Amino acid sequence: VTGGFPWLTVTVFLPLVGAVALLAAAPLPRRRPEAGGFAGEDPWRWLALLVSIATFVVSLGILTEFRAEPGFQLVEDLDWIGPLNIRYVLGVDGISLFMVLLTTFLMPLAILASWRVDRQVPYFMASLLALETAVLGAFVALDLLLFFVFFEGLLFPMYLVIGIWGSGRRVYAAVKFFLFTMAGSALLLVAILFLAFRAESALGQVTFDLRELVGMDLPAATARWLFLAFFLAFAVKVPLFPLHTWLPDAHTEAPTAGSVILAGVLLKIGAYGLIRFNLTLFPGASEDFRGLVITLAVIGIVYGAVVALIQTDIKRLVAYSSVSHLGFVVMGIFAGTLQGMSGGVIQMVNHGLSTGALFLLVGLLYDRTHTRDLDRLGGLARRTPVLAGFFLVVALSSLGLPGLNGFVGEFLILLGTFDASRLPAVIGATGVILSAIYLLWAYQRSMHGDLPSELESTPDLSVREYAFMVPIVLAIVAIGVFPKPLLDRIEPAADRHVRLIAVDPASADAVRATGGG
Amino acid sequence: VPIRPPDLVLAPILPELVLAGVAMLILLVDAARPSRGGRAMAVVAFVGVLGAAAVVLRQWHVPAADDLTVLGGMVAVDRFALFFRLVILGCAALGVLLGAHYLERTGEGRGEYYALLLFATAGMTLLASAADLIVVFLALEVLSLSLYVLTGFSWSRLASQEASLKYFLLGAFSSAFFLYGIALAYGAAGTTSLGGIAEALSGPGQSTALALAAGGLLIVGFSFKVAAVPFHMWTPDVYQGAPSPVTAFMAAGTKVAGFAALIRVTTVALGPVSWELLPALVAVSALTMVVGSILAIAQDDVKRMLAYSSIAHAGFVLVGVAAANQEGVSGSMFYLVAYAAMILGSFAVVIVVSRTGEGRTSLRSYRGLARRNPVLGALLALFLLSLAGIPPTAGFIAKVLVFEAAVRAGLEGLVVVAVLASVVAAFFYIRLIVLAYMEDPEETERVPAEAAPGVALGVAAALTLVLGILPGLLLDPLQNAAVLRW
Repeated sequence: VTGGFPWLTVTVFLPLVGAVALLAAAPLPRRRPEAGGFAGEDPWRWLALLVSIATFVVSLGILTEFRAEPGFQLVEDLDWIGPLNIRYVLGVDGISLFMVLLTTFLMPLAILASWRVDRQVPYFMASLLALETAVLGAFVALDLLLFFVFFEGLLFPMYLVIGIWGSGRRVYAAVKFFLFTMAGSALLLVAILFLAFRAESALGQVTFDLRELVGMDLPAATARWLFLAFFLAFAVKVPLFPLHTWLPDAHTEAPTAGSVILAGVLLKIGAYGLIRFNLTLFPGASEDFRGLVITLAVIGIVYGAVVALIQTDIKRLVAYSSVSHLGFVVMGIFAGTLQGMSGGVIQMVNHGLSTGALFLLVGLLYDRTHTRDLDRLGGLARRTPVLAGFFLVVALSSLGLPGLNGFVGEFLILLGTFDASRLPAVIGATGVILSAIYLLWAYQRSMHGDLPSELESTPDLSVREYAFMVPIVLAIVAIGVFPKPLLDRIEPAADRHVRLIAVDPASADAVRATGGG
Repeated sequence: VPIRPPDLVLAPILPELVLAGVAMLILLVDAARPSRGGRAMAVVAFVGVLGAAAVVLRQWHVPAADDLTVLGGMVAVDRFALFFRLVILGCAALGVLLGAHYLERTGEGRGEYYALLLFATAGMTLLASAADLIVVFLALEVLSLSLYVLTGFSWSRLASQEASLKYFLLGAFSSAFFLYGIALAYGAAGTTSLGGIAEALSGPGQSTALALAAGGLLIVGFSFKVAAVPFHMWTPDVYQGAPSPVTAFMAAGTKVAGFAALIRVTTVALGPVSWELLPALVAVSALTMVVGSILAIAQDDVKRMLAYSSIAHAGFVLVGVAAANQEGVSGSMFYLVAYAAMILGSFAVVIVVSRTGEGRTSLRSYRGLARRNPVLGALLALFLLSLAGIPPTAGFIAKVLVFEAAVRAGLEGLVVVAVLASVVAAFFYIRLIVLAYMEDPEETERVPAEAAPGVALGVAAALTLVLGILPGLLLDPLQNAAVLRW
């Protein structure tokens, strides 16, 4: 225990406190909001927004306390379940730091974007905030069982968000999401217990503490089995081909806020888990399976991009683009080079911002046109120039235009992978080209061309909509122009992780050269 | 040879004496002045249960004499027994509350409900402390006979009577198995005391075959009581037919008491042959989890679904029992507490949704429940998530504990089966939550809040949550209750 202010605990549990307060306040009288407006609304939206902003502010405290060093910082360590030595251990390093900030940054925006949800508002906001606690907890938990608690705990709120407030086939999508994830993580629990038990003979006592389990000697065959159990759980979440089939359904049917959080943050838990647990705990097995994982990642890149290309539902298109982009992340993580790892981590942040923004934009489009069908959209740039402008910037960021955030990550990943193994990098690079095609084509089909007559009077952004689009686009530009502050903090931790499976541990310099943008 | 009568030390069975005494008092008063509605009897029974609990608590803090058994080695005096008594008394208290509410609605408020419930409770608590197979059998019969009658308590309802008869016939059958097991155990060891059997079996030159046959038959007998596959056939019909508060009480109490005795018999008496019995326990455990979880999917009545769920949970507890180490014992104990809380809570929801008697038990009746009563919907979701083993609920921690014990005992295969069964089980728990939260209600009328079930729901929900977040509160006292010598 460092003894200082418990930054992590407060950040993690503040949203939950807000959720409980919302549930308690749920019976208050309600008024319907004016469409698109700010004023005259019931208190729950404001309460949820304030709590999420407060959480973001507190999480900035983590950023200011953070030092660019490789190890875990701001560690809190308390007894939880004594007899099994399961502990309440939280801590951040350069990798989880930005996952936490991404989460706390996106949540207020997602809540602002949900202003027009009008069914059971307090429960909706409470679900979102409870979800935030679970996600944040998963990113900072250093005790494996505590991680599992948060990891499983996020299922139910997300399931409610999709299943109650989603569209169309929401129940199907929600159940599929729940069962896929739960099935994936079932063996994870067994593996965690097995690992903790093995620690008794190897380290003298049962422990679930990641910091103690790192470097434990395991027979190669055992390590491989455990790797697979962990891998399955995280590969479903990422999602890695061929375990991705829940994702298009869940993303498409979820309400805007749900899609933003799902794509922006939840998927990152999968990639984060691969770094934090698979690479750290089973470096040997990670090397053994590297070929398989990279192959799956590359298939995901191309497959996701090709399928995105043929979508007419714009939300489904963005969903499949996630499959493709997350393939890049996993490829970078498993490349075994510092560039690959740093790129993977920064690409996690970028994908959260870009795809989060894309889903926000799709939500804006749908609110105005009540369709997600690209064939029924068109010419909107004339009526909604600001919306079109935002769409273009975000699409360019997502396809990796230099000067915007997406470029930094993709470039580093491709560079890092190319160093290690050429073929995957070459094939993966086609994903970049394809993403340019499907994103620009989607932009063209929705914003240019003939304006359908029923969309003549489409309004441009309102104040509230500016309020959530401007911050995210600013972040996209800022990271694109000046990624150094991020890279400086990510790099030490990435370096520590990459040494575990490194092909060429000494390849640390190139990243600094490119880090300046 | 002069026969020396054993010392009469009655203090350790004071809880049973209190329960039986109050039960008889209720019978007498009810016979003299048949009550209308039976509310007074409910109060007396509730006080009786609390009194017994107070005695148990006192004994927990003031450990009894050095003797570990009393009454000629018949009754064990240990914290294991005290712990289970408390759990069972908790189930009984909630059973009284739920019963009072239910019987008032159906107009069946007869005093003997409470008398029978207290007798059954006395049988259960005695079962948890039995240190001799004869007492195990006696206690089993006391609780079973009371439950047979309770199951048929709604005599105007055919399903209730049918369930009672089924339960009685199959229960009698299982008693025969159990008795046969006792006879063989006596043949193998020359004694029926658990400690004596252990001693005899660990000596050289013993007839292992006979001991194994005895052990097998005893396990069969217990499997009937705790509803483990393939001896579970009675469970769905009985759980569905019995009045809901009886189902709630027996689903929780019988399983807790049955497992208490099963754990004691397998770890103490059959300890020396536990290695040979392990395959049987593992097989029963795996079968129970898988069959219970799969069959639950096909149900469209909530009581039947919970019955299969309760079967599946017997399998999960057996994972801890099969582990046969101290972690397994304490894990099973934790599991049983969590299970009792969540199954009682679930049936309390069923009772509230039914309003009167046995109406509205089809799954369709749960459509839109969360909108018709948000608090009730949330509680149902909590219990179902706990039954499914999703954190942060007691059900999750319970699973972690028994799985950890099994991994420690080298039973990874069984744990893999268990987690896969959990995924299957999640499917039907989630389905009910889908109905409650995501479908439009058939009736739009609000489900009213009720006082007595409200208390039961509150207690069960608090336990389910608190044990999920701060399991240490229960695990720490469990550490010295899970040590079994008798």
